[in-house]
Amino acid sequence: MDFAPVLDGFTVVLEPTNLLYCLIGVVVGMLVGVLPGLGPAATIAILLPVTIGVEPVTAIIMLAGIFYGAQYGGTITSVLLKLPGEASSVVTVFDGHALARQGKAGTALGIAAIGSFVGGTVSILALTLLAPVVAGFALDFGPPEYTALALLGILLVATVSSGGRLKAVVAACIGLLLATVGRDAFTGGERFTFGNLNLADGLDFVPIAMGLFGLGEILYNLEERHTRVQAPAAVANVWPSRADLRQSSGAIGRGSVVGFVLGILPGGGATLSSLAAYAMEKRRSTTPERFGKGAVEGVAGPETANNAAATSSFIPLLTLGIPANATMAVIFGALLIQGVQPGPRLVTDEPELFWGVVNSMYIGNILLLIMSIPLVGLFVKILRVRPAILAPITVLITLVGVYTVNNNVFDIVLVIVFGILGYLMKKLGFEPGPLVLAFVLGALLEDSLRRSLLIFDGDAFQFFTRPISGTLLVIFLLVALLPTIRTALSRRRPAEQPDDTEELV
Amino acid sequence: MTVLVGYVPTPEGEAAFAAALAEARRRAEPLVVLNTARSGAPVSADVASEDAVRRLTDQAGQAGVPLEVRQESHSGDAADEVLRIATEVDASVIVIGLRRRSAVGKLLMGSAAQRILLDADRPVLSVKP
Repeated sequence: MDFAPVLDGFTVVLEPTNLLYCLIGVVVGMLVGVLPGLGPAATIAILLPVTIGVEPVTAIIMLAGIFYGAQYGGTITSVLLKLPGEASSVVTVFDGHALARQGKAGTALGIAAIGSFVGGTVSILALTLLAPVVAGFALDFGPPEYTALALLGILLVATVSSGGRLKAVVAACIGLLLATVGRDAFTGGERFTFGNLNLADGLDFVPIAMGLFGLGEILYNLEERHTRVQAPAAVANVWPSRADLRQSSGAIGRGSVVGFVLGILPGGGATLSSLAAYAMEKRRSTTPERFGKGAVEGVAGPETANNAAATSSFIPLLTLGIPANATMAVIFGALLIQGVQPGPRLVTDEPELFWGVVNSMYIGNILLLIMSIPLVGLFVKILRVRPAILAPITVLITLVGVYTVNNNVFDIVLVIVFGILGYLMKKLGFEPGPLVLAFVLGALLEDSLRRSLLIFDGDAFQFFTRPISGTLLVIFLLVALLPTIRTALSRRRPAEQPDDTEELV
Repeated sequence: MTVLVGYVPTPEGEAAFAAALAEARRRAEPLVVLNTARSGAPVSADVASEDAVRRLTDQAGQAGVPLEVRQESHSGDAADEVLRIATEVDASVIVIGLRRRSAVGKLLMGSAAQRILLDADRPVLSVKP
């Protein structure tokens, strides 16, 4: 492997502008991590217009910082106030808050910060080594392979995402349908435009992401009022003792691996990996009864895993051009806005961007480790801001932001329409993630499907004659049919053991 | 009949509590501590921590005064909440702490203490730290 571009990446990161945006990214990430309700996907969507004026590398460095920074921030409120700021920190509540009640909040936070740092760094190292290999392999991909990959990506995200499986598939199908609006790339015919010029170029990604994630989440959170107000918590003695460190070192190591692997898988991501890491620590432990009553491993494992996963979920995006989860879909959109097509050519064509972003994560993790321990008290103060003040400001930023992208009032209307759609979806138990992901991949899927059918002269069975697309499609069919097969089997012999992760949720 | 005190974890709140404790002893009535914070935000500096509540309970126990601590959250004005609870517990006197406010500050933000003084239909004892 040639390390010259890797080192060049560091010179990109160490430019003052990029360092500044990295710092802004991780600070914003920590803030939204602390705030319950506003997640990284929503924040990145709302900040999309800000990134248009800056260089692509700088923009992605900042957005990536928000994503992994949020994993640190979510821990703080989980431990101190039993209020997970982030879905991926929900399991930290069990043992983290128990530790805080024993007066060991500092230990829990310190262990979580150290675990997050280790998990993140291990994951970046693996990303550095693995990504060019995957990208090199994917360079041979043609349209049929991309068709299969896009199909598999959408299906996996729909399958693994939280909420009902059927609902997620429905949401993904709506996303695919929305992607067809606009002028047909091959024949030039207009589809679903209703004669409206604004729709002729298709729906833009920015207003959809800002509406579904940004406005939709804000509307949904307005309903949830914190009637039980808590006293601000004080934190003392953040440095964990040597015994705590020794006790959690195994959990941190295992969490790194679990997080890295699950982060790569489409639909995996930070939330799932934190659940899996917690379940694994509990199962491995010789004293599982301590879990939920303040076991240090119960904090170290999931917190390490969610950071490792946040980092490794960049691999499918940067090497294959397939976003692995909703947040990655928004970053995918940010890259497209910048005129960068994520995919296997990224490593060779834009080494500065690729290695700049990857290496910025080392810096970002160090910044987060430095900030997270002494500044905990400051971040907790953010929680004193009432939603009645926060929500209107966020909505205003969203609407002004989307207007600045194209100077087009129609985009504002789109944001409001998709905001209401996002609110209704959440209300009815649909996740907006699969919709946005399918919308992003819809163009790629349609394009490569029609291209490959042209290559194959309309014979769809030739997808199975090419080794890579054939394998991917077989996996697709397996994943699609697995639940049906499983229900058929379980009907034959009922009363199986319940799933471990389900028990936790 | 009870003695009602509006308590927040500040010097003014502590002064109000001390005065209310003495008043409750003098009148030989139970003491109700109302600690209310505006709802909406998950955290508020107006909420008394568990340690503070324990300390208040200890002090009342030493003074031999029966104590009830009500930790609630209100939407709207704190003064309304104090007056509502005062009627509910049938307070013979409401004890509040006053802090130094400028005329402009009161004009802009209003004053909960002033509203309680003006609107209460029972005696109000106001204390300065």
